[in-house]
Amino acid sequence: MIVAERKPLAEILNMVRDCKKILVLACRGCVSVCSAGGEREAEILASLIRLGMKKNGKSCEVIEGSLVRQCDREYIEGIDQWQGQYDAIVSTACGVGVNFIANLRPADNVFPALNTTFFGGSAEQGIWSEQCAGCGDCVLHLTGGLCPVARCAKSLMNGPCGGSVDGRCEIDPNVDCVWQMIYDRMGRLDRQEEMAKSAPIRDWSTAGHGGPRKQIRKDLTVS
Amino acid sequence: MSFTPDIRLFSCHYTSQQSCAHEGKELQELGFPENIQLTRIPCTGKLEVSTMLKAFEDGADAVYVVGCPVDGCHNVQGSQRAAKRVAAVREMLQELEVEPDRVRMYHLNRGLHPEFIDAGIEMNQRIEKIGPSPF
Repeated sequence: MIVAERKPLAEILNMVRDCKKILVLACRGCVSVCSAGGEREAEILASLIRLGMKKNGKSCEVIEGSLVRQCDREYIEGIDQWQGQYDAIVSTACGVGVNFIANLRPADNVFPALNTTFFGGSAEQGIWSEQCAGCGDCVLHLTGGLCPVARCAKSLMNGPCGGSVDGRCEIDPNVDCVWQMIYDRMGRLDRQEEMAKSAPIRDWSTAGHGGPRKQIRKDLTVS
Repeated sequence: MSFTPDIRLFSCHYTSQQSCAHEGKELQELGFPENIQLTRIPCTGKLEVSTMLKAFEDGADAVYVVGCPVDGCHNVQGSQRAAKRVAAVREMLQELEVEPDRVRMYHLNRGLHPEFIDAGIEMNQRIEKIGPSPF
């Protein structure tokens, strides 16, 4: 899922400082799963905005709403139900959702309530960790399913640097060296000899270095 | 400046069970501040962050929660969950540059003990010193 976290409240309050009517818009997709931007978090944020504005001596009406997702055109159209009730939308979706509202609602002010942080999973309740960098050229079949792009601090492609100690990364002793993990796992799978092969120089154009990425499935398009 | 704080107490069913006997008259007789509004909930683990914030929106100067002892919750971890949510609200108040001590968690034994009264008196005195809510 896409993982995110709420921005500092002062930053959000500064965004909406001149607003009189605010729609805090939750997303029931990824950000609700990572407890950053679902209905519960939007309710809390709406309350905090009301309290913050009141403390700052400003009068402001804050309402809440939610969409199934904010990354699909048909769901964004659902914003029509609050038409006239807001002069700004504070979206608790990831950056994709905020962009979609901006793309599709040219007359609406939209502000991000979250910092979108990474693609990850829930390691345990309340803890999420990055697992994928969305680099567009997956090498997991070569690395036992563990991603060196996302999980190596240097995104190395041919084994560990010289900095790891006892299986831990030199940037932080609490971070596992993913190349140590890859080596150990490939050993358990009796595939360690595959690691002797050097990975070729990588083409990073798929990772966004070639500009914004787009994907077209001709079998699904309607025009 | 002297003022009478508006304090909201959320207490679990078990901790406050006997405190509500005789329509709370015993509480008053024991010196429990009358300006504390008690709301009983089945378990403090059910208390949402938004409920505490709403109390401030509704004019509370402070909110406190009384739940079971940390290792003796009737619902195993309910009061531990409540304590974490209280801590989250304290952080939110700090973000708003408001005194975090306007929100507190107390873990007390079941029944009407002096500690239940003391917690109310302590909370009342603390908020009298801090002053009215800035909201």
